[in-house]
Amino acid sequence: MTRTRISTFTVDLAATFALAMVVFGPMTGLQLNGFSFIANWQRPLVLAVVVTLGRLAFKLAWGSEWGQRWMARKQGKALDTPKAIGRRNQLWMVALGFVLTIAPFAFEANSYLTKAVILALIYVLLGLGLNIVVGLAGLLDLGYVAFYAVGAYFLALGYQYWGIGFWTALVLSPILAAALGGLLAFPVLRTHGDYLAIVTLGFGEIIRLILTNWVDFTGGPNGASAPGPTFFGMEFSRIAKYGGTPFHEAIGQPYNPNMKFLFLYVVLLVVVGLMVFVVDRLRKMPMGRAWEALREDEIACRSLGINHIAVKLSAFMMGAMTGGIAGVFFASYQGFVNPTSFTFFESALILAILVLGGLGSITGVIIAAFVLTLVPELLRDFADYRILVFGLLMILMMIWRPRGLISAKRPIIELSGS
Amino acid sequence: MDMHILLQQLVNGLVLGALYGLIAVGYTMVYGVLGMINFAHGEVYMISAYATGIALGVLSFLGVHSVVPLLLLTVVCVVVVTGTYGWVIERVAYRPLRGAPKLSLLISAIGVSLFLQAYVQLSQGPNPQGIQPVLPGAFRLVLGAGEDNFVQVTYAQSLIVVFALVSMAFLSWVIGHTSMGRACRATQQDPRMATLLGINTDRVISTVFVIGAVMASIAGVLVTINYGSFDFSIGFVVGVKAFTAAVLGGIGSLPGALVGGLLLGLLESVFSGYVSSDYKDVFAFTVLIMVLVFRPSGLFGKPAVEKV
Repeated sequence: MTRTRISTFTVDLAATFALAMVVFGPMTGLQLNGFSFIANWQRPLVLAVVVTLGRLAFKLAWGSEWGQRWMARKQGKALDTPKAIGRRNQLWMVALGFVLTIAPFAFEANSYLTKAVILALIYVLLGLGLNIVVGLAGLLDLGYVAFYAVGAYFLALGYQYWGIGFWTALVLSPILAAALGGLLAFPVLRTHGDYLAIVTLGFGEIIRLILTNWVDFTGGPNGASAPGPTFFGMEFSRIAKYGGTPFHEAIGQPYNPNMKFLFLYVVLLVVVGLMVFVVDRLRKMPMGRAWEALREDEIACRSLGINHIAVKLSAFMMGAMTGGIAGVFFASYQGFVNPTSFTFFESALILAILVLGGLGSITGVIIAAFVLTLVPELLRDFADYRILVFGLLMILMMIWRPRGLISAKRPIIELSGS
Repeated sequence: MDMHILLQQLVNGLVLGALYGLIAVGYTMVYGVLGMINFAHGEVYMISAYATGIALGVLSFLGVHSVVPLLLLTVVCVVVVTGTYGWVIERVAYRPLRGAPKLSLLISAIGVSLFLQAYVQLSQGPNPQGIQPVLPGAFRLVLGAGEDNFVQVTYAQSLIVVFALVSMAFLSWVIGHTSMGRACRATQQDPRMATLLGINTDRVISTVFVIGAVMASIAGVLVTINYGSFDFSIGFVVGVKAFTAAVLGGIGSLPGALVGGLLLGLLESVFSGYVSSDYKDVFAFTVLIMVLVFRPSGLFGKPAVEKV
């Protein structure tokens, strides 16, 4: 290394350190406390040193011969044609499904784990739905949580006003959510790209604000209660509220509050399995191929005679439908809904699942949903840093692995920017 | 409805609109040069509100108590810190994605937004923070007889309007009459051609991000002085509304940002005064959707032609 190179290196590192101090210094070093502040100089110093060392390591690795070779290899790899779906992949799915089926029964006493897994499966469902809209059709929907809210509130309010139960809601809510999706799609699909993202964000927020402010109908910020699932009319509560025998008496077992969650888990697993099957098949059907083609090049598709409105509408409605189903499960699982569960953050979380798993990849979405929901549950200390890490992951994934950790195994070429 | 209430709502609307206009500058200029929505811009505004609180705390700790130096020093500190944030965000999250699909840029921007919110929440605590009133007092314009027949403009509100107009005028001068401004306009028209003509477009883009952050930070200082409290989640709604203002005035246009901001501020304030203040955000989002769907080039722009 020549002397000039070393000196520019030092200047670069000093500048990095100074910048990091300006960025971290006031924000992390001076914590507001009433009208005064608490000084804490260790935090920004540690952060700045970490950033500077990171930059040093980065520069050394990239500047060295080894780093250059690695970069070249990586670029060569990116040009490889992705392989087509194989049998191995489907075997994986079956194995995963089997493990998931027996897992909670092995931990029957552990209701905490069952609940965590139910939540993860709900996110798998949401991820699969959003995957159709964003991953396959390439429409960045930032208001996806609206359909989730519609499903959840349909169960809660339908129960409150018309006495609708879990199963009725499970059948009707996808229809309702898809209808709403179709209705919203007409204005949404007039826009493109970033504008489409912002319009959907606007719709999502409007629905949340209406749920918050229309207190007479929705219960406002206090929310509304939702019924649990039933098994052929038998309830999972200690005493049947609406006559009949509760489930535990019918099978002659002592009452176990965990039973409701186990049942919900089984139903959810069946629905998720069905959904995986449907999405996997759809991708191979003309409709799914049209989604992906339209994502790659809209103008080419239109000139080849694909009805772009119908294709986008079908993707939007399929996504909405899945969101509606997930909403019913969420409401029934929680026994209660309120608008704080349906903020923009929730949409961003589902998007993070997609991005981490790889846009368009079913296996990736399933694994990412489990990782992103179970890891914060199991590592409680980590939970505070959850959102920080999600944000960081979204940036890093876009820079280094825009196709996700497990990229879709189809001849997919990167989304083309115009 | 009484005259003085309408006038008061119009005054409040103008003040609100001036703030939206200041923040909209960041959206409109970044969209001009990169063609992306800088989703994290609202978070930059939020950071500047915290920086204001911290700067005021430190300055009063150091013994600066008279109003004028306190305000000026606060503005300088906040502008420096927030401008650095703008530069760093572009350098870390957007520059590596130059040439990547726009979807990637937007997802990265959402990542930045989540990260900054969590970062401020973790380092400053989740509770709302406040500052002591810096500029108490108000002008009163008595309209006639009666107990409450007057229009009131607080000193902080008049400061907002003055600052907004001065900084917008200064920015227009910079863009219109300096070589840096000319480079910005050239990059906005055609980035590739600008590069061929020897303009360092990366530097222009960095500058645009810093300008956007500086304008948002001025808005942040003014809002904090006017309202006195803030928390880590204030950036989102304000960001979306400022973006609405930018689209309303025609995205990419600097005067459009101010006009759009003022228009949105007035509409929102009249709506919340006469119809419902609970639904004022719903109203703003509806305006946003209507404009994006029916007039995506803004109220005054020409409709864009789709080129193949």
